[in-house]
Amino acid sequence: MHDKAASTTVPSVSIALTGSGGAGVMTAGSMLLSAAAEAGWYGLMVRSSGPQIRGGEAAALLRLAARPVDCLDDRFDLVVGIDWQNIHRFADEIPLDSGSVMVGDPDQGDPPEVFTKRGPRLAHVAFKKMAKAIPGSWPNMIMLGVASALVGLPAETLKSVLRKSYKKGGDGLAASLAAVEAGIAVAETLPATPRLIPPRRTEKSRWLITGNEAVGYGAVRGGVRFAAAYPITPATEILEWLAPALAGVGGTLVQAEDELASINMVIGASFGGVPSLTATAGPGLSLMTEALGLAVAAEVPVVVVDVMRGGPSTGIPAKSEQSDVNIAVNGLHGDAPRVVVAPNSIADCLTATQWAVHLSESLQVPAIVLSDQYFGQTRAVVDRPADVSYVGERMVAAPRPEGYRRYAITESCVSPMAIPGTPGAAYTAEGLEHNERGIPSSQSADHIAQLAKRETKLCRHDYGKRWADVGGEGDVAVVTFGSCTGPVREALVRAAAEGTKARLVSMRLLSPAQPERLARALEGAKRVLVVEQNQGAQFYRYLRAHFDLPGEVLSFHRPGPLPIRPEEIYRKIIEWSRA
Amino acid sequence: MTTVAAAIPITAQAFKADYKPIWCPGCGDYSVLASLTKAFAMLELRPENIAVVSGIGCSSRIPAYTSCYGFHGVHGRALAVGTGLKIARPDLTVLVAGGDGDGYSIGGNHFLHACRRNVDLTYVVMDNHVYGMTKGQPSPTTEPDWDSKLSPGGTGLRTFHPLVIALAAGANFIARAFSGDPNGTAQILADAIRTPGFSFVEILSPCVTFRPEQREWKSQVRAAPVAPTDDPARAAKRIMTDDGFNIGVLYKGARNPFQPPIGKGTKRPVDLEAEFII
Repeated sequence: MHDKAASTTVPSVSIALTGSGGAGVMTAGSMLLSAAAEAGWYGLMVRSSGPQIRGGEAAALLRLAARPVDCLDDRFDLVVGIDWQNIHRFADEIPLDSGSVMVGDPDQGDPPEVFTKRGPRLAHVAFKKMAKAIPGSWPNMIMLGVASALVGLPAETLKSVLRKSYKKGGDGLAASLAAVEAGIAVAETLPATPRLIPPRRTEKSRWLITGNEAVGYGAVRGGVRFAAAYPITPATEILEWLAPALAGVGGTLVQAEDELASINMVIGASFGGVPSLTATAGPGLSLMTEALGLAVAAEVPVVVVDVMRGGPSTGIPAKSEQSDVNIAVNGLHGDAPRVVVAPNSIADCLTATQWAVHLSESLQVPAIVLSDQYFGQTRAVVDRPADVSYVGERMVAAPRPEGYRRYAITESCVSPMAIPGTPGAAYTAEGLEHNERGIPSSQSADHIAQLAKRETKLCRHDYGKRWADVGGEGDVAVVTFGSCTGPVREALVRAAAEGTKARLVSMRLLSPAQPERLARALEGAKRVLVVEQNQGAQFYRYLRAHFDLPGEVLSFHRPGPLPIRPEEIYRKIIEWSRA
Repeated sequence: MTTVAAAIPITAQAFKADYKPIWCPGCGDYSVLASLTKAFAMLELRPENIAVVSGIGCSSRIPAYTSCYGFHGVHGRALAVGTGLKIARPDLTVLVAGGDGDGYSIGGNHFLHACRRNVDLTYVVMDNHVYGMTKGQPSPTTEPDWDSKLSPGGTGLRTFHPLVIALAAGANFIARAFSGDPNGTAQILADAIRTPGFSFVEILSPCVTFRPEQREWKSQVRAAPVAPTDDPARAAKRIMTDDGFNIGVLYKGARNPFQPPIGKGTKRPVDLEAEFII
C-alpha cells in the first residue's frame, strides 16, 4: 500500500481537518500549524464552522508552505476526518481532485459522495478505536499524528509543541504523545501525499498571529489606550486581546451595553485626550454611524475596526465577505468626510491599524479600518512586520491660548484641540453646526466654512506611499483591496510564470480617494480588472465614482463565504489578455 | 470627588458662559443652570476640570452655557460619552445632563447600565414630561391622557418611574429636586457630585410653553419628610409610594464606583510581542 517513491515534494500543501464541533479538530489544526512554524515553515489556518458552538460541524483549513502565504490554495491535498457527520456542508470549501487523499475512520462509514465523486484516493484510519486503546487520549491527537507525518513534519517538533501546550495546564500529556505517535506510525501504511519541501533558513523573526490580534497590537502601537467593546462575531477577539493588553500598557477596555454605547464611550474618552478605538462587524457599524457623524462634526478622533462578515442583516456571521465598502465609504448622513483604511494581509492588519490611529489622531477625524473575517480569524505564520513610526500625533491647545477658537480654520484646516483640564481653553464639542468658536450656528457662511474645513483637512494631508501597494508592469492591471490581495498576488505570480505580465494595485486608503495617485499607478494600462468579494461590485462602483479608470474595465466580483481562489483570477487574466 | 480644589474659590458666575442661554422665558432650565454653577462654586471646583456632557433637547443645550468643558453629542447617548470620558480621565468631574426624552426614551438602555455600572459621575435629568424642542410630544414621563398631535387623546401608557428604575438598576445616589428652589437644588447637586459613584438627580423643571400647567408644581412640591436612607428596600417603598413631589436626597448607598485602573501599566507596547514570537 505504502509507496514512498510516489511521494513528491511541493512548496505548499493544503490540509483540511474535519469533524463534529467539539471533536477537537481546531486544537489539532492549531498544533499542526504551530509545529510547522516551529520547524521553519510558513502557513495559515482558517477556522470554518457552523453557527453553533458545539455539536455542529468544524473544519480547520490549513495551508503550509516554504514561503509566506496570504491565502488558501485552489484545492486540498489531504482531508483527514474524524467523522463525516455534516462534512458535506464543507464540500465547496474543501475542493478536491484525483490528486487528493481523504483519510477517514472506517467505523464512521464512507465519506459523502460530494467529495468522493471528485476522485480522491480514500484511506482508512480507525481514529476512535485507536484512541480508545490509549487510555486518556482523543481521536484528534491520532489525527494530528497522521496529518503531520503525511506532509513530512518532523515528529520531534510536533512532540515539542505538544509538550509546550501542556505546560499551560491540563493532564494527559503522556496519552496525547502516545496518540500522536500512534498516528505517525499508522501514516506509514497510508497512500503518500505531497510532502513539503524543507523550510528555507531565515534569520528573520517570525510570528504566529491572527489578523484580529494584529489589529489589536497595531492599535496599541499607534497609541490607543482606551477601548470600548460590545461582543460581535468575528471581531470579538480584537477586544478580548486588547482587554489585558491595554491594562498592561496603562490603558483600559470597558465592556459597553451595546454598540451605540461603545462608539459614544470611545468618543467621550477621546474628547478627554486618550486615543480610543472600538471594533465591530457590519451590524455594529450600522448602529455606530450616527455617532461617527458626530465625531466628524465635533472633530473627535476615533478608530472603528469593522471585521467584515457576510451581510446584510445577521447574514453569515462567521464567514468572510467584503460587502461593507458602501457603508464604510458612504454610510453617514450629511457630508461627512472620514478616513477608511483597508489592510491587505494578516501582517498588514497591524501596520494599517497603526496608520489608521495615526491618521485619525493627526486629522481629528474618525477612521474606519476595514478588515474581514478571513484576516481576523485566520492564524498565520508571518515575518515580523517592520516597525513603523506612526503614533497618534494630535494637535492640542496649550494652556490659556489667546482668543481660543476650537474650530479655527487654519492652513492645514486641522485646529488645536483643547483637552479637558487645560485652563483657559474650555469649549463645547459640538454636533450642531457651529462657528470657529464652537458656538452653534445655522448660518450658511459657518456651515460652508466648516464643511470645507473638514473636507480640506483630509485632502491636504500627504498620505505618502502607503495609500496602496503598487507593483508589476504590463498593459493589464488588477485593482483590488483587502483579503482579495492575497489570491490576486498569487494569480499574478502564476501568470508571470507563463509570460503574462500584469500590474497590481492593492488599495489601502479607500477614503479620502486618491485619484491622482491611482491615475499614475494605472498610466498606460489598457485593461483594468477589479477584484472584490461581494455581490454588488461595491468596490468597482466606488472606483467608478471617484476615479477615471483607463482602457477597458472588467469587474470580477462574487459574494462570500467562499474565498476567491488564485486560480479564478489567474484564468480571468489569461483569458482576457489573450482575447 | 477627585478634582483638586482651587487655591482661590471662584464664584458661581465664573462657571457661566459669556453668552446668554436660549430657552423660552420662564423655562425651569435657567434655574437649573444657576443651581449647577452654584454647586460647582460650593465645591470649589475649577471650570477646566469639569466636563458637562449632554445629548439632544432643550435642556441638553446646558453644556455650552457653562464655562466648563462641554460635549453636546447625539440624542440619547450622553451617558455613554460621559462614561467613556470619566473612565479615561478619572481626574475630571463629569456631569451628564439632559431631558426626560433623551434620558428615559432614546437613552433608556444607557440609563439602566449607567446605574448598574456606577461610574463616579452625576446625571441630571431636567424632567418636564414633554419633548419641547420638537414642539410638544409625549415623553416616557408624560401622563397617559395628555393630548397631543402625535398621540391624540393621550398615549394610554403608564408613566416611566425613573427613580424606581434607578434604584433597581443600582444607582448609588438618588435625589429629586425642583428648579423653582435653586438653593435647595444647588445643595442636592453638590451632594450628588461629592458622593462617589453614579449619582442620579431628577429635577422637576417646568416647560411653560407646552406644559403651562406645570407652573403649579411650585405649590405641589415639598421637602421629603425623612432623611436619606442607605437601605434600598426602604428607599424603594418611599419612592414608589410618594406622589412624585417629595424633594430631597432619597437614597444614598455606599457601593464602590467602577473605575478600572488607568495609567498604571507595567509593560511597554513591544513587550506584547512575546506571545506572537515563534
